[in-house]
Amino acid sequence: MAHPTILGAGMDLKIEQLSHSYDTVNVLSDISLQVPSGQIMCVVGPSGCGKSTLLRMIGGLERPSAGQVLQSGDVPPDCLNPLTFVFQDFALLPWRSVAGNIELVLEDHPLDGAARAARVADVLARTNLSDFAKALPRQLSGGMKQRVAIARAMAVHPAVMLMDEPLSALDAQTRELLIDDLVGLWMRAPFTAVYVTHNLAEAVRLGHQIVVLSRRPGRVREVMHLSTPLDQRSMADPGLQAAQERLWALMRDEALAADKELAHA
Amino acid sequence: MHDAPRPVPFRGGGFRPQRLRGVGVAVFVVLILLIEWGTRAGWISSLTLPRPSDVVATLVQLWKSGLFFQHVTPSLTRLAVGSAMGVLAGVAVGVMIGLFSLARAGLVPLVAALFPIPKIALLPLFVIWFGIDEGSKYALIALGTFTPTVVATFGAVDNVDRTLVRMGQSFGLRWWSIVRKIVLPGALPGILSGLRISLSIGIILLVAAEMLGAQYGIGAYILEAGSLYDLERLFAGVVILSSLGVLVSWLIAQLEKRLLIWRS
Repeated sequence: MAHPTILGAGMDLKIEQLSHSYDTVNVLSDISLQVPSGQIMCVVGPSGCGKSTLLRMIGGLERPSAGQVLQSGDVPPDCLNPLTFVFQDFALLPWRSVAGNIELVLEDHPLDGAARAARVADVLARTNLSDFAKALPRQLSGGMKQRVAIARAMAVHPAVMLMDEPLSALDAQTRELLIDDLVGLWMRAPFTAVYVTHNLAEAVRLGHQIVVLSRRPGRVREVMHLSTPLDQRSMADPGLQAAQERLWALMRDEALAADKELAHA
Repeated sequence: MHDAPRPVPFRGGGFRPQRLRGVGVAVFVVLILLIEWGTRAGWISSLTLPRPSDVVATLVQLWKSGLFFQHVTPSLTRLAVGSAMGVLAGVAVGVMIGLFSLARAGLVPLVAALFPIPKIALLPLFVIWFGIDEGSKYALIALGTFTPTVVATFGAVDNVDRTLVRMGQSFGLRWWSIVRKIVLPGALPGILSGLRISLSIGIILLVAAEMLGAQYGIGAYILEAGSLYDLERLFAGVVILSSLGVLVSWLIAQLEKRLLIWRS
């Protein structure tokens, strides 16, 4: 079966001087970034630094107070939803089966039944979920649920995947397995993604560039580029360990200060 | 100085309701046997409670004479028509309140004002508005089931997981798709548990309406028995009402079992 060339057929995202505040609290301050197509950009930062807010703004779910997010280049021709989210808590409909959850996001589009079924079968096969098509979410483990959510995101052939701490609700072993899955998916068909996480190990395993945000109001502290191919990155790699340590050194004081801050009432 | 090793005491039990079959039936049986014994032995006078076996005999006779269905059929029809109108309108209004801020701002105070009115007090008014026949009875039951359904429905819509709605929006689903495929199924558990309350209120109002002007119906039957102080027939009517309540509750449980298999 010929894989449709999903993802990353050439849409770039550009974030220009984006700032945001809720009432009087500044959440994000003057963020400018570029997401080149076919690459994964990881965003790390201490909790409450506004990284999830930034992601929602990139995906058009929230409006920034200032600045803008620009998309340029072509969206792949069979793309149904250019900017597609993968959520931390999976956001699966509990009353729909695995296949039904994937069909949900195709139903509003003019696809005939055969094309829809082909897309569902394709993404289920790519995420090794074919045997679970009829299962209900409550029967699945957390890792399986997130695989379904990733399959659902891929079914619309997005131009950019926006992943909001997709592995944070999973235990460490499952997380490792899913990192391998994501690397495998990217190697077979490189996709563009913005990947928000607080886990530095995930960031150095998956990121082509890693953006470090400061504590609130979130600013870009540093952008780190990693050139090691994704499939050659292992936990034992000294280069990656050095990178992770450097990230931690950048974040440590911020995290410490963020931890001591009172929640804004 | 070391003591001998002893097992750690268990202290984790309780606080977990378990399903016990037959206990409910046993309570009924014991209670009825007690009353039967009391009425036969004489320490319950026949003016206080009827003999359960006589009540059963009355029910059997009611069934044999064909009067059973003459009373139960109109009652069931009134309950079905009235509560169907009330529940459907209630779900519609509740969903609107849940979805539209304008509907919420305008209708929540109105529903709050309607809810505590004893609907039976409005029956004379309804007789003028909808006629002495079935219309006023339907209206009474409909209004009585409407308000609790509205409250349960908009509460249920409010409680639908917002992340699922967010997800729908992030995939570009149409507004109507989000309502139909995410909001309504998500609100269904709350709507169904509201239905239990609404229908019980429906049964209460059914009897009230029938007592105030009906030739046939369980309410009319009970009223007639009561004015003649015919305790056997009065209790036969009460038994029919209780059974109706149990039946309705069982039907909703079946509905929940079918529609909510996805719940863990």
